[in-house]
Amino acid sequence: MESAILDQLKLDKILDLLKQGKRLDGRALDEQRPLTIETGVIPKANGSARVKFGDTEVITGVKVQPDKPFPDLGDKGILICTAEILPLADPYVEPGPPTEDVIELARVVDRGIRETEMIDLHQLVLIEDKSVVGIFIDSSVIDSAGNLFDACSYASVAAVLSSTIPKYEIKDEAPVLVEGVTSKPPVKTLPVSVTMARIGDYIIVDPSKEEEACMDARITITTNSAGNICALQKGGDDGFSVEQLVKCSELALSVGTKIRKKFEQLM
Amino acid sequence: MTQLMTEDGIRCDGRRVDQLRNISIKVGVLKNADGSAYIEFGKNKILAGVFGPRDVHPKHMANQDTGILRCRYHMSPFSVTERKNPAPSRREIEISKVLKEALQPALILKDFPRTVIDVFVEVLQADGGSRCAALDAAAVALADAGIPMRDLVSACAAGKVADRIVLDVNNEEDQEGQADMPVAIMPNIGKVTLMQLDGILTPDEYKTCLQTAIGGCRTVYEVQRRALVEKYFESGEQ
Repeated sequence: MESAILDQLKLDKILDLLKQGKRLDGRALDEQRPLTIETGVIPKANGSARVKFGDTEVITGVKVQPDKPFPDLGDKGILICTAEILPLADPYVEPGPPTEDVIELARVVDRGIRETEMIDLHQLVLIEDKSVVGIFIDSSVIDSAGNLFDACSYASVAAVLSSTIPKYEIKDEAPVLVEGVTSKPPVKTLPVSVTMARIGDYIIVDPSKEEEACMDARITITTNSAGNICALQKGGDDGFSVEQLVKCSELALSVGTKIRKKFEQLM
Repeated sequence: MTQLMTEDGIRCDGRRVDQLRNISIKVGVLKNADGSAYIEFGKNKILAGVFGPRDVHPKHMANQDTGILRCRYHMSPFSVTERKNPAPSRREIEISKVLKEALQPALILKDFPRTVIDVFVEVLQADGGSRCAALDAAAVALADAGIPMRDLVSACAAGKVADRIVLDVNNEEDQEGQADMPVAIMPNIGKVTLMQLDGILTPDEYKTCLQTAIGGCRTVYEVQRRALVEKYFESGEQ
């Protein structure tokens, strides 16, 4: 993400506080910012959610429409997950083609939902190899204040959980919408992404914008309902020790449990 | 679906679960580049060229306080079964970014303010694990360019295939296996600088997979080292 210009004083303060086990905004090292999820915010979408995660805010819409399957995946519906940081969300974001940060954001969010196999894509086939249902999950960051990975991921999962899948029938080999009949999405598991940052020797959960500006490295780990680790992405200009990577996986599981409870209330 | 592993643990390309594909690295294969390397990692064939430290263009990218690193991972249109559109895909842009972030910890960019080091990687033929092989070649090319480094960067993937943790996932295993975890380390410092995962692993499998990948990285490191020694100490002196 585009770093905020952080004055040296603030950086020193962040490091000083970490030595005492504290953070700038008063959180514990393994504490996320407050998360609120509101669903059904865009009635024209098949599912939607507005997520506030600290001061970061994301709106995600789900659109469902018939499509052709990918050539070698004729027995599966289509899942496409994107993310975008709108220019109104951040003074450093300009309109134009996506930067590599934004491409990474979208691909990490997509990977979390895809690799946990949240949605049973086999149930979205209308005619094998010819016609399937596509689920498009598009996230827009509207206020950018750190950890967009988790904010977009939570909004995407919440939007899917709140969505209704329209029914399609095949007439003359073409899919036709059946009015007034919908079903719940075929959800198999609840992915929870947890992003952590390393600053010096400290691992902190859910970095704020200031913390991102001075972190050494970042890691996003997505777990599923069964307690498995399903997707991971290391980022940032430095690395992690093996012990830190193991600790991060444990943090992702423990922090993830709390978020998963919030998702369960949406089902 | 092809059978990925026989009952006695032999993989679809004949390897054991803990066996790497054949790796060979050649140093200094390009005349114009300041440093270069060519790697064959199984059926992967990858060229890496390094330029710099040199003036930054466009100028506004220059940083008064430090040098910068840029990295481009690109696949040739003929590198895969179906022709690949030569324009950079989103996947290639993401890989370029993670490669840059994997190499940067090894460099001492602060010593070269207002300059850029450009790393260009061209995948001539791809066969699963190309980002790791690309990274192995790029690290050697940086060393060949005479750029001061804290350590080499060595990369190798591990994964889960037919319910077992295996080293160095190939193309078929990547497509149909259960998990793929590319990892890069600075072998002497012991820091992990690249790590990704897709697929489902239990917490125990996660730890085993990470250790397996790191073991592979250490083997790759020996190959990288030997390739550099071969170029710079031909006569046997060290």
